[in-house]
Amino acid sequence: MFLSEAVSGGPQFFYLAPWIVFFPVIGLLINIIFGSRFNEKVIGAIASTASGLAFVVAVLLGVSLIGHPEGEIVPLVDWITIGLLQGRWAFQVDTLSVTMMLTVTGVGTLIHIYSIGYMHDDVRHNGDPGRYRRFFVFLNLFIAMMMILVGSDNYLMLFVGWEGVGLCSFLLIGFWYDKGKDGIGNAIAAKKAFITNRIGDFGFLLAAFIMFWAFRSFNFQEVFAKAPEVAAIAPGAILAMTLFMLLGVTGKSAQLPLYVWLPDAMAGPTPVSALIHAATMVTAGVYLVARSAEIYILVPQAQMWVALVGGITALFAATIALAQFDIKKVLAYSTISQLGFMVAAVGMGAFVAGMFHLVTHAFFKALLFLSAGSVIQGIERGHHHVEHDPKLRKLIKGQAHDFDPQDMRNMGGLRRQMKITFIVYMIGTLALAGIPPLAGFWSKDEILAEAKLLNPSVYWLLTIAAFLTAFYMGRQILMVFFGKARSAPAEHAQESPLVVTIPLMILAALSLLGGALNLPWFHTFTHWLEHTLTFVHAGEFNLAVAGLSTGLAIVAIILAWLIYSRRYEALKDLPTAKRPDDPMRSYLGPVFSLLENKYYVDEIYQALILKPYSALARFLAQVVDWQFWHDWFHDTVIAGGFRLFTRLLAVRIDLGFIDAIGNYLGAITRGLASRMSLLQTGYVRTYALSILVGVVLMLGYLLLR
Amino acid sequence: MLPVAYYVGLSAILFIIGVVGVLTRRNAIIIFMSIELMLNSANLAFVAFARVHEAISGQIFVFFVMAVAAAEVAVGLALIVAIFHTKHSINVDNISSLKG
Repeated sequence: MFLSEAVSGGPQFFYLAPWIVFFPVIGLLINIIFGSRFNEKVIGAIASTASGLAFVVAVLLGVSLIGHPEGEIVPLVDWITIGLLQGRWAFQVDTLSVTMMLTVTGVGTLIHIYSIGYMHDDVRHNGDPGRYRRFFVFLNLFIAMMMILVGSDNYLMLFVGWEGVGLCSFLLIGFWYDKGKDGIGNAIAAKKAFITNRIGDFGFLLAAFIMFWAFRSFNFQEVFAKAPEVAAIAPGAILAMTLFMLLGVTGKSAQLPLYVWLPDAMAGPTPVSALIHAATMVTAGVYLVARSAEIYILVPQAQMWVALVGGITALFAATIALAQFDIKKVLAYSTISQLGFMVAAVGMGAFVAGMFHLVTHAFFKALLFLSAGSVIQGIERGHHHVEHDPKLRKLIKGQAHDFDPQDMRNMGGLRRQMKITFIVYMIGTLALAGIPPLAGFWSKDEILAEAKLLNPSVYWLLTIAAFLTAFYMGRQILMVFFGKARSAPAEHAQESPLVVTIPLMILAALSLLGGALNLPWFHTFTHWLEHTLTFVHAGEFNLAVAGLSTGLAIVAIILAWLIYSRRYEALKDLPTAKRPDDPMRSYLGPVFSLLENKYYVDEIYQALILKPYSALARFLAQVVDWQFWHDWFHDTVIAGGFRLFTRLLAVRIDLGFIDAIGNYLGAITRGLASRMSLLQTGYVRTYALSILVGVVLMLGYLLLR
Repeated sequence: MLPVAYYVGLSAILFIIGVVGVLTRRNAIIIFMSIELMLNSANLAFVAFARVHEAISGQIFVFFVMAVAAAEVAVGLALIVAIFHTKHSINVDNISSLKG
């Protein structure tokens, strides 16, 4: 029996699970300790190898799961044991976690390789080559933390990873902390991301507290086993727990109302935007809901909220993306929108569809961000070229320093200069827009098909969002790659080196073929996840849904072409002063401004939350802390009281009593002595006489007594 | 043989003469002589009582007193000489530096 099991089961590498964290940690330690002696290529190679080895481990775990789909828990070490609270480091190897591991380490490794080339230019462009090493240390740390997050077998360890990736996000958004607006713009963006995430993490923590109160455990298996029982006894606790968890999800996965940090997070270097703020970290929320499927399935109310938050975010962010000019901001809002798709999917119970979209989105959104990075550096190289060419220099006179290489209004016509980037960008765009047979079509369509069945109102939100997605991506690609160059640097843009473009090609291939993971007729991915997620059902291919979404996508792209190609050309004839920077502005007018300014959400938050909050903080600091505690309580009550007390002690007790004893003793002695000294006449006679008198008195006494 | 009261009476008279001498005279040497007188009156009393009690210790004590008196005189006279060197006087009323 054992033999047959071993044969049928295939190879087992579950014991390797901890190495998926160890490899990146070893990589970052090598770079921290010895990195100063290495040149850039070695540093990049070490970091990429560390990440690549983690990917190899993930692949081995995946191979093992084919033979043993039930997975295994690999305990590493006990962490906390306080009474009932049992925290341990243990890796849960099952189909769900390994899916995440494969995605994160796979995309992560490609981005490591891409960064070798990208950061080489970036550190020089920003004037501090010394930060090259730091970047790779942070990237490796991120991979390690993400592996802790997805590999955990309990919510406590998951929270460690959850906070750890938040830290890496903070470190990498603020990577150029001395750059940005007024020299602190990037630092402020990093702080904003961190604090917004803290609000979400607070929700996660409250959920964890409720969980421990209700379940007496953090362990996935124990919690899931008890869930139906607890849901019957304490439905309120479970509802509160899932909703607080949703708050955590909105923070990490950038959903309404906590999405505001993600657009600002684009201050980080582009590989970071691709890895952390598009492909992997922001999907942690989706993973959390999918992982907690067995709890969510018991609370339809919470499911409805999750789906609604996802659906509204998907539409909301898609509308903002329509009117952004920064190439990365468009992608950032697109990411928020696509995360909305995933959250909506896992919210309404379509866990497989959500996870499927997570994987394909990781491919094409990483591809889009990395290509955008390639575009930005191409433009920067063009700018550099123009700047150093005496004939061309006058073309950029007056804008040599405030030229924005990320503004799509400065681009155009790049398809000629950057052929590879153009092709891969096109593939990414079509995948995101949901054009068959690219990856995005299959995953998005599965979500839509499930939504149609499970939650029709969310289905319509998502369908409109999908239409807008195709439109803004069409707009972007037309503004960046088509038409004529709208600035001298764009005209002289140069293609990126191979180390940058090869990862792009691999990701493009994945974006092309990623849909094959879960074709509606085979359900490979569904069957894969079935072993972990009990509540999956294979989504049926719905021709009406697929037809509608594809039709809408094509209509949107044609519409974008009409507006941004035809109309753009027509606008060229207008004088510069009258020409709008975006043809949509003339159609939509104030609505466009509203979208361009992101519905003024940042301003509303500023007025509604930040202002009262800082006023409260100032009140607490100045009135309560300074005036009340410091000036009144400390200075007046404590210090004043102490001074009064010490004065009492010093004047009344010490001077008035203790010292007085000594002084009076001295005075008495001196007075006595001055009187007694009168007896000392110095005349021998007197002494003799007194001796005589004394003797006579003594004798008299002795004789007469 | 004369009764012992005579000796004691003489001794008392000599002692009182000595006391009056010490108290009334100013000359240091005369005060010394008066002290010697008192010592010797005591010696006389010792000897008289030793005879009465037929005990030898009284007579031995007299020798002690004499020895001590001799030593005292030696020291005392040296002091007087030293005082005379500094004060050019041996009037005890002039030596009153210890007046309080």
